[in-house]
Parts: sequence; C-alpha cells; structure tokens
Amino acid sequence: MMQSTAAIEATGLSKSYGALAVTRDVSFALEPGCALGIIGPNGAGKTTLFNLLTGAVRPDAGSIRFAGKDISPTDARARCRMGISRSFQVPQPFSGLTVFENALVAATFAQGISEQAARPQAEDALRRTGLWPKTAKKAGELGLLDRKRLELARAIATAPKLLLLDEIAGGLTDAECVELIQLIRSIKESGVTIIWIEHVLHALLSIVDRVMVLDFGQKIAEGEPRDIMQSPEVAAIYLGLDGENTHA
Amino acid sequence: MTTLAETTKRYARPDARALVALLLVLAVVAAPFWAGRAELRLFSEFLSFLALAVLWNLLAGYAGLLSVGQQAFVGLGGYALFVLCAHAGLSPYLAIPLAIVAAGALAAVFAPLLFRLDGAYFAVGTWVAAETVLLVFAMIPALGGGAGMSLPAASVKAIAAGKELRESIIFWLVTGLSLATLLGAYGLLRSRAGLALMAVRDNRLAAASLGIDIWRTRFVTYVIVAAMSGGLGAVIFLQKLRISPSAAFSLNDWTVMVIFAVVIGGIGRLEGAVIGAILYFLLREMMADLGAIYLIVLGSLAILVMLFSRKGLWGLVETRFGWSLMPTERKP
Repeated sequence: MMQSTAAIEATGLSKSYGALAVTRDVSFALEPGCALGIIGPNGAGKTTLFNLLTGAVRPDAGSIRFAGKDISPTDARARCRMGISRSFQVPQPFSGLTVFENALVAATFAQGISEQAARPQAEDALRRTGLWPKTAKKAGELGLLDRKRLELARAIATAPKLLLLDEIAGGLTDAECVELIQLIRSIKESGVTIIWIEHVLHALLSIVDRVMVLDFGQKIAEGEPRDIMQSPEVAAIYLGLDGENTHA
Repeated sequence: MTTLAETTKRYARPDARALVALLLVLAVVAAPFWAGRAELRLFSEFLSFLALAVLWNLLAGYAGLLSVGQQAFVGLGGYALFVLCAHAGLSPYLAIPLAIVAAGALAAVFAPLLFRLDGAYFAVGTWVAAETVLLVFAMIPALGGGAGMSLPAASVKAIAAGKELRESIIFWLVTGLSLATLLGAYGLLRSRAGLALMAVRDNRLAAASLGIDIWRTRFVTYVIVAAMSGGLGAVIFLQKLRISPSAAFSLNDWTVMVIFAVVIGGIGRLEGAVIGAILYFLLREMMADLGAIYLIVLGSLAILVMLFSRKGLWGLVETRFGWSLMPTERKP
C-alpha cells in the first residue's frame, strides 16, 4: 500500500454546515513530489477540502496524515510550521505592509526563524513570482493579478513541503499563464508536493500527475488526467455545470 | 547574526526626523528649568495621555483588541503605588515597578476570560471587568472606600526632601515613562513581534495560515499594554498625591478620550496616536473657556473622520504623501 509512503493522506473526511454537507467521505493519498489536480463545479467543496487540510476548518469525521504523522488534532499554525502552505482563492494580502514585508512575514513565521534569516527566502520567492520590481509597493495598492502572484509568493516563501494552490491561473493572459506553469513546474521539480484546484484546465493538466473530481462534496472520480477527462461521467457533470471555463 | 555595524546602519540613520525628535525630548526633559508649574502639569498630562493613546492604539489598532476597559489598569497601577507606599511602607521608586507588574498580572488573569469574547462582546467585557475592579476598590475601607486616600507625607518625602526638586523628579518620572512607552512601542513594531502584530492587524486569516500564533500575539500585547498603563497610572497619581476610585478608574479620562484621539489621529498607525493626542490637547486648550463645547467638537470631528477617512488624519497624509514619522518598513 502507498499508506506508508504518502506525503499526505486523507481518510473519510466529512464536513457539514447544518444540513448542508460540503465534504462527504473524501479520501485520497498523494505521494511525495507528486501533483494532484482537483476539479469540480463551483460549490463542489474544493476550497473546503483545502480548509480541512490546512486546519482552518475542523472535519466532522475523518483523519489526515501528513508525512506519516496523524495531524488531525494539529492546529493550522502548527500545520504551517510542518510545511503545509496554501494560497487563498480570494487573495488575502497584508494590505498595509509592502510586498516585501508580506513575503517576509511568510518566510519568518512559517518556519519560526529570525527576520534576518528569512530575508533571502522572501527575496527569492518575490523574484520567482516576478514581483521583485514591485517589492516596495504596499500590498493594498496591487491589482488583482499581482495580488494572486503575492499569494503564490507568500506560499513559496514558507518553504513548503506541501503546497495547496487555490485557483491561481484564472484571469491570466496566455503569456502569464505560460510563466505560471513554468513556475509551478519548477516548484514541483524541487520536490514539493502540490495539490492544485483550478478551472483553467490546460494549465492544470500540463502539471498534475493525477486528477480528482469533486461534485456536491463527494469524490466522483480520481485517476490519470487523460482517463479522467475522457470519462463521460466527468464530462457530463463538469462540463455541463461549468462550461465557460473549460477551454482546454 | 546582526553585526553592530548593520544594527547601526539600520537604526541610527541620522535624519531630520530623529534630530527634531531629540531636540523636542531635550526641551521637555529640561522643562523644570524653564517652565512654570502650570506648564509642567500640562506637559506631563499631555505626554501621559500620548502614551495611553499609543498603548490603546497597539491594542485596538494592531492586535484588534477593542478594549474599553484600560482604566482598570491605570487605576490599579495608581492604587498599587498608594497601597504599597502607605501600607507596606515601600519607597515610591520601588512601588512604581511593582505597580507595573501588578497591572500586567491582572491583565494576564483577565485575558483568558476576555479573549473568549470577540468584537463588540470583548469591548463590553473589558468595560464590565474594569467596573468590577472599581467597585472592589471602592469597597475596601482601609483604602478610604469611595473617598479614596492621600499619599502619606513620609512617602512623598522619600522622593526628595525639597519641594522643588520633588516636583521636578515626579515630572521626569511621568515624562520618562511616557517617552519610554512611545519608544518602546516603536521598538516593538520594528522587532519580529511587531512584524507579527502588523500582519495580524492587516489580515488575521492570512496571519494564522502563515504560522503566526494570534492568541499569543494578542496576549503578549494585552499584558504589556496593561503593564505600561499601570506604570503610567502610578506616576500620574504620584503627581496628584491623591487617589480615589472614581478618578483612578475613570472611563472618560483613561479610555474614552484616548479612543477619540486615536480614531481622529489614525488607528493602526503609530503616528496616528501621536497626531491625535496633539490635536486633542490643542482643541482642549483652545476651547478651555467654552466649557464642554470642546467635547462636542471632538465628537463631531471623530464622527467625520470615521465617515470619510477611516484611517484617521494620519491615514490621509500617509496615502497622499507617503510620509512616515516613525518608519517601521522593512526594506530588502
């Protein structure tokens, strides 16, 4: 079994808000250095799954193992320290701080090191995401695109082992998208395990090793990208509900 | 490791701001030699108010702790000084640091209870806690109950024998502690803990997901702010030589006016508290003859600022001109 070698493994995760079950018995395992794509219509529970993995939200049932350790009882901060990092779908910048300081916060506190020691990493993350020229700008003055870049920069600056990306390719031009794909590929090649929620399928499929499909909080398919995209069941649910975003 | 040279480069950049600040501080410290008693009173009142504004701003503006109960710590600090001097026979010089510890300890006890409350509930909770402390002190006969108590002559003499020197020393204690608060807050914001505090100020969700311990950041801020408020309370009432529950735990004097000043000046910016305190005192002094009208003006000004510039007057300046009096920005 892959149980012992998995970087992250979720078993039977469930979460309801009142009568609304947003995550229903979701299980998956991902090996170190692999990339998993998550697709599904809006409201399928993709972001909730991220919240469960990062510890922002507690599951009603199920468990999560990270690098062989049961992290179900671990809080969000401690999971971050262990190397789980995420970008938010709706960017959450520290608006009053500069771009550099945003990255510096991530590098400093996610690893529990001094500001001085975190500086090179913050700088590296900003260079890799192309934000370096805007390093002195206040994050609140950035446009949406740069805010998304900043999400990614902060996530990288934490030196993650597991990177959770939540819809970062939406709204990019083709050229920007190519850059983004190259960046994520380089992150993956450095050994980081990646889980990526994305509606821009061609970007997603050029990176991920496997795809998981969620619908109404349930996992309805998982497998090789090619097989998944050809499955009529997936096509019916996914393409039917979210047609405009599937220009793959 | 940071070398000495790097530290000097980062912190001791001699610029116009630092020079002006240094001259101002020197002028204030030398005030007993050039100013009259009324001016000394006004200066120390202003500086202690400024310090309270800086502290409340750290709490509400940075840590997101909207406290309406800071008078609990100011009053406790004042009472700690009087009790330790009158009943334990301690010298005021020893009682002041103990007052700081006492206020910090009270905050450490309150925090786990109050932190269960959020937003407006936290505000009400801190107010109730402060009123409770007031009632406790008003009920102790040995402390004069509601009428309060005076500092014993022996304790007063322990500061200095001569009246003139004594008043100067008390003035230096008040201004010293106030300036230390301002500089301490500035130092805090430039430290690693300050970076966490500013991140918490701007976005709690992101701060938590990037490994910042929000509870601990808030706890430490709350306790430090309370401790310094207690120290300020001790020296403020040392200068008055008399204390009573209604003066020591005054909601108006130690919290409401402070909130006005910070809101007008600019919440969540160190300079905002400074500008707000200056404006408050200017208004108060200019309109002293008009009685309570300055309160109406102050209230209207606060409402206007809240409606049109939520980051206060300093926020306007900062966005418009990019100025910074006390820069905390980290440069790569």
